[in-house]
Amino acid sequence: MRRLSLFNVTSLSLGFAFLYLPMIILVIYSFNASKLVTVWAGFSTRWYGELLSNEAFLDAAWVTIRVAVMSSTVATVLGTMAAWVLIRMGRFPGRTLFSGMVYAPLVMPEVITGLSLLLLFIGIGLDRGVLTIVLAHTTFSMCYVSVVVSSRLASFDQSLEEAALDLGCTQWQAFRLVTLPIIAPAVISGWLLAFTLSLDDLVIASFTAGPSATTLPIKIFSSIRLGVSPEINALSTIMIGIVAVGVVIASLATKRSVLRQRADEHAAARAD
Amino acid sequence: MRRIFVIAVPYLWLLALFLVPFLIVLKIALSDMALAIPPYAPTLDFQAGWAGIKAFVSELDFENFTFLASDDLYWKAYLSSLRIALVSTFLTLLIGYPMAYAMARSPEAWRPTLLMLVILPFWTSFLIRVYSWMGILSSEGYLNQFLLWIGLIDTPLAIINTNLAVYIGVVYTYLPFMILPVYATLEKLDGQLLEAAEDLGCSRLSAFWLVTFPLSRSGIIAGCFLVFIPTIGEFVIPSLLGGSDTLMIGKVLWEEFFSNRDWPVASAVAVILLLILIIPIVLFQRNEQKQRESEG
Repeated sequence: MRRLSLFNVTSLSLGFAFLYLPMIILVIYSFNASKLVTVWAGFSTRWYGELLSNEAFLDAAWVTIRVAVMSSTVATVLGTMAAWVLIRMGRFPGRTLFSGMVYAPLVMPEVITGLSLLLLFIGIGLDRGVLTIVLAHTTFSMCYVSVVVSSRLASFDQSLEEAALDLGCTQWQAFRLVTLPIIAPAVISGWLLAFTLSLDDLVIASFTAGPSATTLPIKIFSSIRLGVSPEINALSTIMIGIVAVGVVIASLATKRSVLRQRADEHAAARAD
Repeated sequence: MRRIFVIAVPYLWLLALFLVPFLIVLKIALSDMALAIPPYAPTLDFQAGWAGIKAFVSELDFENFTFLASDDLYWKAYLSSLRIALVSTFLTLLIGYPMAYAMARSPEAWRPTLLMLVILPFWTSFLIRVYSWMGILSSEGYLNQFLLWIGLIDTPLAIINTNLAVYIGVVYTYLPFMILPVYATLEKLDGQLLEAAEDLGCSRLSAFWLVTFPLSRSGIIAGCFLVFIPTIGEFVIPSLLGGSDTLMIGKVLWEEFFSNRDWPVASAVAVILLLILIIPIVLFQRNEQKQRESEG
């Protein structure tokens, strides 16, 4: 085994310290008893209590979760369809425009996406609220889903699908029984990506949310604009904790499925 | 029949919620400047047929764009966005390249874990990652406390609300975008090439400059664009970490819209921002295509 040189060890440790220290400090100071965020005054879970009794934050969290579930689900369906169209449909009139529209939102600055959608909603007289945020989030996250799914679609063996069709499947059956199980990991990671993008979005939500619906990022942004707040530290710690738990579960799940696949392959090899 | 349905649903969705909104922005950017509520003159009257369309087009003007050109706030904001994006892209490369290099040279068994550690911050809220620096950089923040405590400084440094804080914020949040493509090219690099270079009398350092660095060029270019493009239109970082004199166009657009309520000017700002972005986006696409061709 190659050993890392001193230079490489240094750049890795400094780099990861840079990436993780700010968040670690944030987590530690969320347990600070003092209202002065930067002065340590003993351990306390006081800010968690205050956070959980703060109705406005709870309401915003609930709106955010509802928006994220709805928009990521619709975006996954639409994004998978778009990927299918791009990879499998061959040529059709307007294909160039379509692929342009799928990729453009990925590089579009959020301020422009938000502004343009708001102008549309006002133009057609749609009241701003949960629905408009869901529409906006679906539109940009479906493009991310389609990128994730289309790379998987492009790489898998199409003859499997042809075999299913030869054996008498209808196209829909071939998709449901053969293609979908194969691309399922990509579809699931597309959904997760859409979900986090929606949870995280401040700019587009600020443009498209009305006074009736405030999402968590909007609420966080308005309370940290003027400086650090102990309640937001507690909230951040909870959010970081959820991500950490999610990642651990996901990596355990993939490890298990890899092990099971290996066991299956072993069994298959022995059966031969 | 089914084929048409599969194409039509995402197609119509994107037309209605991506293309049409953008055309509306364009139309409002060319409409009369007014601090009023919509509709903005000129309005398109379809009932009048071709004559109506002609009247609509002839009334569009570039008033908002001449206004942008005459007020140097906007010029300065565009230029300073470009400068901030350039400097922070360079800093990200400076920090990201050694990390990607070290990851590519680390034992193979470590690599998945290291890769996960780089990707993990992606899944954490962007807003919170920017926020975490507010407590560190503020004048009574952790960094100043630490520096005062070890006696390196006597008075707190003013970092927050300066461009330096914006650079730190951009490097911090976009670092994974740089590391991943550079790592991808470095990992594929054939180690025998380096051995050959050393056999032929290269020193380690010159082997790096003559072999490794040029071969990782496409990853560097991809990483730089992935940092540069979103930074130009960035809003969250300059408004939380930057000061009142940090001019960035995303922030200007936001204020034009939410504070001044001047929608035509905000739309014109958006149109110019997109025009500026087209060049790096096209260059980025070309780099990606070249990379795919060289692999395929």
